[in-house]
Amino acid sequence: MSASNLHMYVMAVPLLTAMFVNLFGRRSDTVIATMTIGSLAFSSIASIAVLANVLEVGRISYVAGNWRAPFGIELVVDPLSAVMLALISVIALLASFSTLKSVGQELPGRGHQFFALYLILISGLMGLVLTGDAFNLYVMLEITSITSYGLIAMGKGRAPLASFNYVIMGSVGACFYLLGVAYLYLMTGTLNMADLAQILPTIGGGAAVATALGFMLVGLWVKMAFFPLHGWLPNAYSLAPTGVALVAAPLMTKVTIYLMVRIMFWVFSADFLFIEHALAQSGIVWAASIAIISGSVMALGQRDLKKMLTYIIVAEVGYMVGGVWLANSTGLTGAVLHIVNDSLMTLCLFLAVAAIVYKLGGSEFDRLQGIYRKMPITMAAFTVGAFSMIGVPPTAGFFSKWYLILGGVEAGHWEYVIALVLSSLINAVLFFRIIEIGYFFKDENDHGHEKLEEAPLAMQAPLLISAAALIVIGLSSGPLVESIIKLALPAGF
Amino acid sequence: MELIVAKYNYWIYVVLMMIGFYAMIGKRNLVKKLIGMNIFQTAIILLFISAGVKHGSKIPIVDKYEVLEKGVDVATIVNPLPHVLMLTAIVVGIAVTGVALAILLRIYREYGTLEEDEILEKLGK
Repeated sequence: MSASNLHMYVMAVPLLTAMFVNLFGRRSDTVIATMTIGSLAFSSIASIAVLANVLEVGRISYVAGNWRAPFGIELVVDPLSAVMLALISVIALLASFSTLKSVGQELPGRGHQFFALYLILISGLMGLVLTGDAFNLYVMLEITSITSYGLIAMGKGRAPLASFNYVIMGSVGACFYLLGVAYLYLMTGTLNMADLAQILPTIGGGAAVATALGFMLVGLWVKMAFFPLHGWLPNAYSLAPTGVALVAAPLMTKVTIYLMVRIMFWVFSADFLFIEHALAQSGIVWAASIAIISGSVMALGQRDLKKMLTYIIVAEVGYMVGGVWLANSTGLTGAVLHIVNDSLMTLCLFLAVAAIVYKLGGSEFDRLQGIYRKMPITMAAFTVGAFSMIGVPPTAGFFSKWYLILGGVEAGHWEYVIALVLSSLINAVLFFRIIEIGYFFKDENDHGHEKLEEAPLAMQAPLLISAAALIVIGLSSGPLVESIIKLALPAGF
Repeated sequence: MELIVAKYNYWIYVVLMMIGFYAMIGKRNLVKKLIGMNIFQTAIILLFISAGVKHGSKIPIVDKYEVLEKGVDVATIVNPLPHVLMLTAIVVGIAVTGVALAILLRIYREYGTLEEDEILEKLGK
C-alpha cells in the first residue's frame, strides 16, 4: 500500500469483503455488521487520505496489471474523483449503520446475501469514479446496476416488477452508452479517456463523434433518471427494501451525474460541447428546466413520504444536469457542489425515512400524524434535511442552489432560474405539508398522551451526523468551494 | 443500393437493434421484453465485432519471439481488441439475463402470469 495505489485499495476492500460476508455471514449478524462497517470505515479513512494527497500533488494514476496506459486500464484519481470517492465511502459508511438495523427487521436471515450485494454495489460505484477507461466504465456501470437490480428485487410485493422494469430500462441505458463507446472506438482506436481527449480534437468534430456523444449522454440520462427517462426510478427506490434506498438514492444518480461531467469535459471538450453544439446546449438546459418542474409537480401528487422523496430526486437530477450545461464556471461549481450537498441531504432525509419505517412500518402520510411527538429527534434531523432541500440558509442546499441560480442568470437562461425558484417553492409546500401532518395532526388511535417511540441509536446517530454535516458544510461553503471544488473543476473553468 | 451492400454489417446491426427495441416497447409479455433486450445487446456486439474485420487477414495469434525480433505487420492480422471487449459484454449480458430471469420467476410465483396486462389487472383489483 502506498500513496500511488491507495485508491485501488479503497475500492478493493469492500469488494473482497463482500465475498467473505456471503461466506461467513450466515452464522450471525454480528459478523456481517463487523465486516461491513470495518471495510467501509477503512475505505472512508483511506479515501479521505487519498483526497488530501490528491489536493496536494494532483492526478495520480494506478495501472492495473502493469499494462501501461493507454493499452491497459488505468485507475485515475484526480481532485474531482477523489471528492466523489470520499463522498461515496463516507455516505455508505453512515448509511450502513441504519441499513444493518432495517435489514435485520425487513429481511431476517438474509443479511449475508443483502450485504454481499450491498458491498459490491458500493465498490462498483467507487470503480465508476476511479476508472480512466471508457469501456471499463461500462463494466462498472453494469456491476452497480446488476447488484441494484438484485437488491431492489429483495423487496416485498411489487418490488420484483419494479426491478424488472429497471432491468429493461437500465440495460437500454447501458447499451446506448456502449454504442457511444463503439463509435468513439471506431473513430479513434482507443478507449483510454486521457488518450481519447488528445485524439478527438485532431480528427475534427464529425457527425460520428457527435453521434457518439449523443448515445453516451442518452445512456447516462437513462441511468440517472433524467426526465422523461425517469420512469424506472420512483417505483424501484420506493418499493426496494429501505436499506437499498438508503444508499442508492444518495449515490446512484449523483455518481451518474459525475460520469456525465467526466465524459463531457475529460473526453470531449468544452469547445466541442458548447461552441460547436450551442443549440444542443441550450436545448438541454431547457430539458433540465422541464425536468425540474415536472419532478416537483409529480412529487406534489404523492401520498407516501418515500415515494415523494424519489420524485424530488428526479427534480434534483434536473438541477445538476442544467447546472453542468449552463456552460459557465458558476453553474458548473454549483453543479459539483450540489452533487456533494444533494447526496448528503438525500442521505439525511432517507435516514429519517428509514427510522420512521423501522418504527411505524411504513411512510404513508396517514401514518405520520403526530410523528413529531413520537420521534422528536428523528424529525428534528428530518427538518434540517427538508430545509436544505428547500434551500433555507444556512443549510448546505442554499449555497449550491445559489451558485446554480447565479450561473443561470449569468448564462441568461431565465427558464432555468425560474424552474429552480419554482421548484424551491414546491419543495417548501411539500415539506411544510409533512411538518403540518406530523406536528399539528393528532393520531386518532392514540388518545391524549403519545408515547415516545424513538428509533434505535444506530439509526439516530448517522442521521444526526448527516444533519449536522448539512449545517457545517453550509457554513463552510466558501472555503470548501475555494479549496476543493475549484480544483475539481475541468481546466478552463 | 451500393451503400447498403457495401456496409451490410452496419445495416444488419441497425435492423437487429430496431427489432430488439420494438420487442422491448411493443410486446406485453415480460419474457419477450427480455429477449428483445438480448437482441438489442447482440446488435451492439455485431457492430463491435464487424469493426475488427480485415479482409484476407489471419487470426491474431503470433509467435512471441518472432514478433519481438521482427515486429508484426498489423495489416495481416485481425484486430483482437473488439473481440476481447465483446467477451466482457457477453458476460455482462448473461449476468443481466440471469438476474432478470430470476426476477421473472419471482413475478410468476407472485402473480401466476408473465403477461404485463394481466399482472396490471391483478394489481388494479
